[in-house]
Amino acid sequence: MILLDRVTKTYARDLGPALDRISLHVDPKEFVIVIGQSGAGKTTLLRLLTREERPTSGKIIIGGIDYDKLKDKDIPMLRRKIGVVFQDFKLLPNKNVFENVAYALEIVGVSNREIRHTVPKVLSIVNLKGKEKYMPLQLSGGEQQRVAIARAIVRQPRILIADEPTGNLDPKHAWDVIKVLERINRYGTTVLLTTHNQEIVNKLKRRVVTIRDGKITSDRANAGYNRA
Amino acid sequence: MRNVTLAVAAIAVMVVTLTIVLISLITNATFANTISQITDKIDVSVFLQDSDTPAQTQQLISELKHLPNVKSLQYLTKAQALQQYEQQNAGNQQLQVAITETSNPLPATILIKPVNLNQIQDIKTFLTKPAIAALQSDQPSYSGDREVAINKITHATDVLRKIGIVTVVVFALICALIIFNTIQMAIFNRRDEISIQRLLGASTSYIRGPFVVESAIYGILSAVFSVLIVNSAFLASSGALQATSLGLLDINYANQYFDAHFWQFLALQLVLGIVLGAVSATIATRRYLKFKTK
Repeated sequence: MILLDRVTKTYARDLGPALDRISLHVDPKEFVIVIGQSGAGKTTLLRLLTREERPTSGKIIIGGIDYDKLKDKDIPMLRRKIGVVFQDFKLLPNKNVFENVAYALEIVGVSNREIRHTVPKVLSIVNLKGKEKYMPLQLSGGEQQRVAIARAIVRQPRILIADEPTGNLDPKHAWDVIKVLERINRYGTTVLLTTHNQEIVNKLKRRVVTIRDGKITSDRANAGYNRA
Repeated sequence: MRNVTLAVAAIAVMVVTLTIVLISLITNATFANTISQITDKIDVSVFLQDSDTPAQTQQLISELKHLPNVKSLQYLTKAQALQQYEQQNAGNQQLQVAITETSNPLPATILIKPVNLNQIQDIKTFLTKPAIAALQSDQPSYSGDREVAINKITHATDVLRKIGIVTVVVFALICALIIFNTIQMAIFNRRDEISIQRLLGASTSYIRGPFVVESAIYGILSAVFSVLIVNSAFLASSGALQATSLGLLDINYANQYFDAHFWQFLALQLVLGIVLGAVSATIATRRYLKFKTK
């Protein structure tokens, strides 16, 4: 499903590589947590997957798509297959909850009828039923993040990438968000989550990949948070 | 559109551009009309000797007819020439008396209408051949003063056409630059929304669409304004000034021409405005939306 083979990303020559010959394989429907200090290379890794960056060297294949052969004009099609959630939510402040989620469908030309049918279902998955008319700023951080998740999954992507989705949230709301991610994973979506929240990692008991100075230093199943 | 000032500037320059296009077209057509009218009146008069035989006259006429620059010709006998002279000077008793007092002094005349006034030289060359000159009682008349007027108008049209083209190009470029700026500002204002659109997999055309449409709307507004401006200029000139011409420019004709082709002009301006707007926007978005990844 996700395959990285000796991927290196260097932003500038005089700086060291942000990612240094990283190899990673993620099976379909897996739930993988990527941990590491700020600047370790987590975000670079995710930006390579969404093709916001190109690797300096190495091979990336996701869902059968070889990134070497991907043309710029095909990037939109790729991104429609990957859902992305950010630490800062990236909701549109002048659209309400329903419209924000519907936006992801409008962009790809889904009919209004189907939008009216699909969006409420997805909002109930993220436990936001009844908040359709709220504007993002009227919601708590946890709720806003769940709107962002709803937007990311409304097109039923096979992969959901969540970059520190709980970074700005208090523990209770963070846990709400994680529970939603787990539910989505149960429905069959591969989830790639970066975090440095120890408690979440320890509670989840999932595969944990640790990145340090651009290298993968450990990759263990059912693991807890390990600083070493 | 959040940046009203820039949008107004873009529309204003576009209106100026389109108005220049319109005025150039009308001026051009008006001058062409003036030239063709004068050309129609101008002719070369060949004055024959009374002693020419009918055979010689026939021969001369048929040779003239074969010159490529001769559009048509008319032969006036001495009697017809006198008749025409009398008609032309019907109000002038003195001249009439002067002529009838003697026997008919007017020569038989061939009136030649040339195809192209600027190439009258071949007719001149033919008429000055010694054999042909011998048949004539006087120097042929080339309506010299009209020729000067025609040259003036032709020259003016030429110069104006060049000025028109240069001005239109310059203003179109300024217009494109302002649209570039407008769109750059708009893209800057909407950068968060655009980055979200990109991450959600919006296609290039989906992101670009609103900018192109917006600029095309500027084009439509500008086209309508430019036609209105020219229209009211004509209303003002015919109503207030009672002017029929402005130097060499025949305003009456220009007005008629504009009225007769109003819908074509409006359509043309709309097409130009939309193309100018949409093309500038497409180039600007290509430049500023940077769809490529690093």
